Amino acid sequence: MSHWIVAPVILPALLAPIIAFVMRHDITLARAASFAGTIALAGIAIGLMVMVADGTTHVYRMGDWAAPFGIVLVLDRLSALMLLVTSVLALVVLMHATATGWDDRGRHFHALFQFQLMGICGAFLTGDAFNLFVFFEVLLIASYGLMIHGGGRVRLQAGLQYVVMNLAGSTLFLFALGTLYASTGTLNIADLAVKVREMPLEDAALVRVAAILLMVVFAIKAALFPVQFWLPATYANAPAPVAALFAIMTKVGAYAIIRIHAVVFGPDVPVMGGLIGEWLMPAAVVTVAVGAVGVLGARRLMPLLSFSVIGSMGTMMLAVAAFTPQAMTAALYYLVHSTFSAAALFLLADLVVSRRPGGDLLRAEPPVVQNGLFAALFFAGAIAMAGMPPLSGFLGKLLILDGLRDAPAMTMAWVAILLGSLMTIVGFARAGSILFWKATALAPEVAEGEAGDAKDAPPPGPARAGPLEVAPTVMALAILGLLAFLAGPVTGFMDNAAHQLFDGSDYVEAVLDPEAEVKK
Amino acid sequence: MEIVVASAVGVLTAGGVYLVLRLRAFSVILGLALLTYAVNVFLFATGRLAVNAPPVLNKYADVAYSDPLPQALVLTAIVISFGMTAVLVMFALGAYLEADHDRIDMTDAPEDDGEGDSGSDDAAITAQGENRV
Repeated sequence: MSHWIVAPVILPALLAPIIAFVMRHDITLARAASFAGTIALAGIAIGLMVMVADGTTHVYRMGDWAAPFGIVLVLDRLSALMLLVTSVLALVVLMHATATGWDDRGRHFHALFQFQLMGICGAFLTGDAFNLFVFFEVLLIASYGLMIHGGGRVRLQAGLQYVVMNLAGSTLFLFALGTLYASTGTLNIADLAVKVREMPLEDAALVRVAAILLMVVFAIKAALFPVQFWLPATYANAPAPVAALFAIMTKVGAYAIIRIHAVVFGPDVPVMGGLIGEWLMPAAVVTVAVGAVGVLGARRLMPLLSFSVIGSMGTMMLAVAAFTPQAMTAALYYLVHSTFSAAALFLLADLVVSRRPGGDLLRAEPPVVQNGLFAALFFAGAIAMAGMPPLSGFLGKLLILDGLRDAPAMTMAWVAILLGSLMTIVGFARAGSILFWKATALAPEVAEGEAGDAKDAPPPGPARAGPLEVAPTVMALAILGLLAFLAGPVTGFMDNAAHQLFDGSDYVEAVLDPEAEVKK
Repeated sequence: MEIVVASAVGVLTAGGVYLVLRLRAFSVILGLALLTYAVNVFLFATGRLAVNAPPVLNKYADVAYSDPLPQALVLTAIVISFGMTAVLVMFALGAYLEADHDRIDMTDAPEDDGEGDSGSDDAAITAQGENRV
């Protein structure tokens, strides 16, 4: 039993209060500690990736209580991958927040940031459904604080909506867990998998209710169709680095659906049948449509990016809904891609929006300083998000299309993905040309008009973005390039992860067999 | 007893859902509080209802016992919902002080557009857009 498994939870949990209590008056110290913690987290995540490379499922028993009674943390390929994505994204976001000074515009940014990481890592590691709820609450309560970081009327109102939505979601989560416990008598995910498989068909009704309730709860987090309304207002009004970090929050919901509904309520379980996939597939199709229409119709840059996140979640969940190893491989690849492409776009948008007088409103204005650089970065981010070569979005969508070839709803899914991509391309092209190209065309005319009515000297323009400010965006885009370049080994790993997930026996055996660790 | 517990959960949930759908932050908070009460009672019932039974197994005699796990779950849920309600009240207060009203939706009185604040205030966007373009 390696204690490193619990480190991604313990490290931020210890660091956050120290930052909050000891370093709250010294932003430099807090930054240093936060960076040290996040870099260490990335190091641990890489170490854990190495640990799972041979395909063993590691189990950490809290307090050494045997599995169905105590809480376990489970580390397999999927959770190690999610941890790595989280820590790398956190590092990128932290660099941006520090370089642009976002972390200094309110209090306790770094403490909340570490608490957020603790919740996310815990949610990816835990092998207990109620513990998953607890980690959800940890990451949510930190995200509430981060969401309103910096304050402001609109942000507070959007934050209030976000909190209300998520509290209602948490209540639903508890109802689902209660129903699940009442019908199976356990909340350990591995134990649930065994119990639900053995359940006689005449007792299926309550379990099916619990499964669908859980799916709705996770769909709220993953911003799937009937419950995606919170996302645009939240992401558009959150501070941009926080919105970039939230790119992983929707993936937490997706991960929970993948984990719970593949291991416990998989399509091979007699009492479930294809129930989950049947509901997930149409929801995902509509989500893609909502995202695409939103991207086309958005009048501001931040909502446009938010809708593109919704669209990418829909695309990903299409692949998840098939519940086959091949489609799941594609979904995991697309998950990593969409996390970093959304983060890159939000970080870039922050650089551009903070230099425009009209904020993120999509209308022609005189070009910002370094118009060319930003336009190039936006172009790269847009082709990644829309799924065009050479970045990883193209490969991800191709893999998903390929994975869905034999799915029953293949036609619908293909049409949704292809049309959605087209509309996303159009939407991004429109936004990019308004922001960057029309700006250069309008520049002299607007400058004249302003010189006419404003006699005093024009205020000094916003500062140029230094290399440190641009670096995180470039890093996120570079990760996308790397993901495309190394697509072979990466999908190989994800293929193994997907097979391990659907095999399930590994997971159940490792958690429930007290001798499993001794044998190794 | 089952009918009492079941109807308590039902009534609390119904009241909670009704209040959550209201327009004002205050009633929404009350509604969420009612919902958490409902879910707490519901969680209690998931371990089956037993009266006057200790949550301890007795290995010397075959006596009734109640399931201790839901009680632990409820305790966790109560603590979390208490903390969350406190956070929510602070949010609502902050939003109320900033916006001078406690409506939960984001369509606002149009007097404060043009402050460059990003938001989904559609009316303000069109007004701004038409003025400047």
